[in-house]
Amino acid sequence: MLAHRTDEEYRIMLQGWLQIGLTLALIVAITPIFGGYIARVYLGQKTLLDRVFQPIERLMFRLSGVKPETQMNGWQYARAILYSNLAMAILLFAILMLQGVLPLNPTGLGAPTWDTALHTTISFITNTNQQHYSGETTLSYFSQILGLGFMFFTSAATGIAVAIAFIRGLTGRPLGNFYVDLTQAITRILLPISIVGTLLLVAAGVPETLSGPIVVPTLEDPNLRQAIALGPVAHFEIIKQLGENGGGFFAINSAHPFENPNGFSNLIQTLAMISIPTSMIYTYGVIANNRKQAWLVFGMVFIIYVGFIIVTAIGEYQGNPLVNSILGSAQPNLEGKEVRFGWAQSALFAVTTTGTMTGAVNSMHDSFMPTGGFVLLSNLFLQIIWGGQGTGTAYLFSYLILAVFVTGLMVGRTPEFLGRKIEKSEVVLTSFLLLLVHPLFVLIPGAIALAFPDQLAGISNPGFHGLAQVMYEYASATANNGSGFEGLADSQPAPTALWWNLSTSLSLLGGRYIPIVALLILADGMSRKQPVPFTTGTLRTDTILFTSVTAGVILIMGALTFFPILALGPIAEGFLLAKGG
Amino acid sequence: MNPIREITKAIRATLVLWLLVAVIYPFAMLAISQAAFSYQANGSPLKNPQGQTIGSALIGQPFTSDRYFNSRPSSTSYSTADPNQDTAGILKTGVSGATNLAPSNPALLDRINGKTDPDPKKAIAGDLPRLQKAGIKPTADLLYTSGSSLDPHITPEAARAQVQRISAARNLPTNRVELLIVQNTDDRFLGIFGEPGINVLKLNLALDNLR
Repeated sequence: MLAHRTDEEYRIMLQGWLQIGLTLALIVAITPIFGGYIARVYLGQKTLLDRVFQPIERLMFRLSGVKPETQMNGWQYARAILYSNLAMAILLFAILMLQGVLPLNPTGLGAPTWDTALHTTISFITNTNQQHYSGETTLSYFSQILGLGFMFFTSAATGIAVAIAFIRGLTGRPLGNFYVDLTQAITRILLPISIVGTLLLVAAGVPETLSGPIVVPTLEDPNLRQAIALGPVAHFEIIKQLGENGGGFFAINSAHPFENPNGFSNLIQTLAMISIPTSMIYTYGVIANNRKQAWLVFGMVFIIYVGFIIVTAIGEYQGNPLVNSILGSAQPNLEGKEVRFGWAQSALFAVTTTGTMTGAVNSMHDSFMPTGGFVLLSNLFLQIIWGGQGTGTAYLFSYLILAVFVTGLMVGRTPEFLGRKIEKSEVVLTSFLLLLVHPLFVLIPGAIALAFPDQLAGISNPGFHGLAQVMYEYASATANNGSGFEGLADSQPAPTALWWNLSTSLSLLGGRYIPIVALLILADGMSRKQPVPFTTGTLRTDTILFTSVTAGVILIMGALTFFPILALGPIAEGFLLAKGG
Repeated sequence: MNPIREITKAIRATLVLWLLVAVIYPFAMLAISQAAFSYQANGSPLKNPQGQTIGSALIGQPFTSDRYFNSRPSSTSYSTADPNQDTAGILKTGVSGATNLAPSNPALLDRINGKTDPDPKKAIAGDLPRLQKAGIKPTADLLYTSGSSLDPHITPEAARAQVQRISAARNLPTNRVELLIVQNTDDRFLGIFGEPGINVLKLNLALDNLR
């Protein structure tokens, strides 16, 4: 297929790979700097921002009655998360339902339906940001700034806190205090970067205003009017990306020229959404004092990530064979893509946003070629190609524990990880956490929806792709990603919206809080174990061999669980396209 | 610890954090952005000599006639409506959206090729026949709809394919039109990131301003 390309086309293709490669190089360069900084924050070492934020934190702790020196055990930590998240959820739900009487509502929007408000609340509290509504036509500026914008920070910070508590537990330290970890994730990491990021995005062209939409006559036909939606977008946008949230201010998310106007803003958004999960792996290396292992785990994920980008980008670059035969030449698949991003930046963004559980989109995933659909679904199934804010890092190290157990069985040694014995309760918890929760909340509701395609599913694309639409929605909800094959009729006033709002709400909650509690109990147990001395018989976990075994465990477990869906969805669609539709 | 005290702490912490990140942070950012970047913060408005706003430099508009560079097809017609027939309320809020058509969906080919149907409501004009009639060699961006439905750009190839037609319709030398294309091209960031695009609204405004 590549044999018939002209020199010009080769140049375009190489330029695309160059921009992807340079972005990847930036990601690698940021990791040790940022990861080292996060470790300093949570080890209580001196950092640059101490003088600014220590007094603010002290004031915040006093106002909320938190004694920062109090340690929490696993259950206390988990309860603090559940209580605080519940309080936040009630506040958000109240804001959404009272939207009609609250200020900052220039377009005079009423409250959304109760099921939309409930789904939105659960979706944002769980760091998912699956959206069954359009921002412009459903939510006031008040709801966006003071409701959703609040969750952007707290749900991301909750994830970071869980990861830090988990790392502390694995390395034999007490877990810490949830409120301190939550607050510091905001004051030391999310907020300072968001302030700088807001200004960069505004400078790039992202609006930040309280004015309502502008209506103008169009140039070609003055009788036709254009409504240009505005809003306080920039401050929202940066934390949407940085916190791996992904819930767009506008319906069409980062494809909207006001959310993401050019190559510069797109670079900021790409780096923002991936920097924390990549860096947290390095943070682990610093806290566990084993940077080699951190780089090995980083390398393992990075290789899969790059492979996924290549597969997706090639598919989009080669384009849709059915349309190429109309065009008379192979041209990129630009359906649902913006000219300023093209095939390369769209593919990079899509793989990154599904891998990191951000869920923002700068192009429409439903319209990707089957190769892209295969990769995006695989990201949602695996959950660790960087993974969710904090939780992804914790999953990754849970997989190491599982791999320790598997290799222990193979070589007949007592499995140990970081000098602590892996015993029955650890194995039960990790397998439950990694291998049961996710498929349970994806496959069961998916099967129910597919059993009633007309009454419940609301599929918009016929054939194999329709199956992928349904499974993508539940995988996205359970993995707390939030992107979608958005053709699905999941928003009010569609008749299938009620089903989608309620059924995905269960997947959202199950995919978030069950793993968090399990992770904290696991960490608590590990932190209480007597360290066993390191001997020549100890299985080393910071080797290429062991990391490769871990990668094998991850891919085999993922394939065993989800391959049938991939085969019946994108793979079958790919064969259909190859034979001419 | 007793549960009442834990719950009280959760509520107090929620309110304190809310104050910081949902009140102080956004309104401080609004104030700074409005003061330092007033043009961008208000949506990069394009104004006519009378000072009226006529569009945004970042948002595309529909163009299908011979006198203008045609823009990409859009699933929302670039958030436009006839004010007398705006039953969907598009002009009240503004909209964005995409087709979300899968590459295997027959509706995609129908939209491109057009479709005849005895029921005129079900017939589709098709973008390919429209471009062929206008004498424009179709490019990918002119056949595929964009992600936002507001894409301000077309590709350099799509612009080049329209030069002849514009210069004939407006009686302009082709090099004059080509110069305007170059002047209204948004390049990659640092020459590396993203793809070059021709801002169709700005280009067409520049054409009108030649008079």
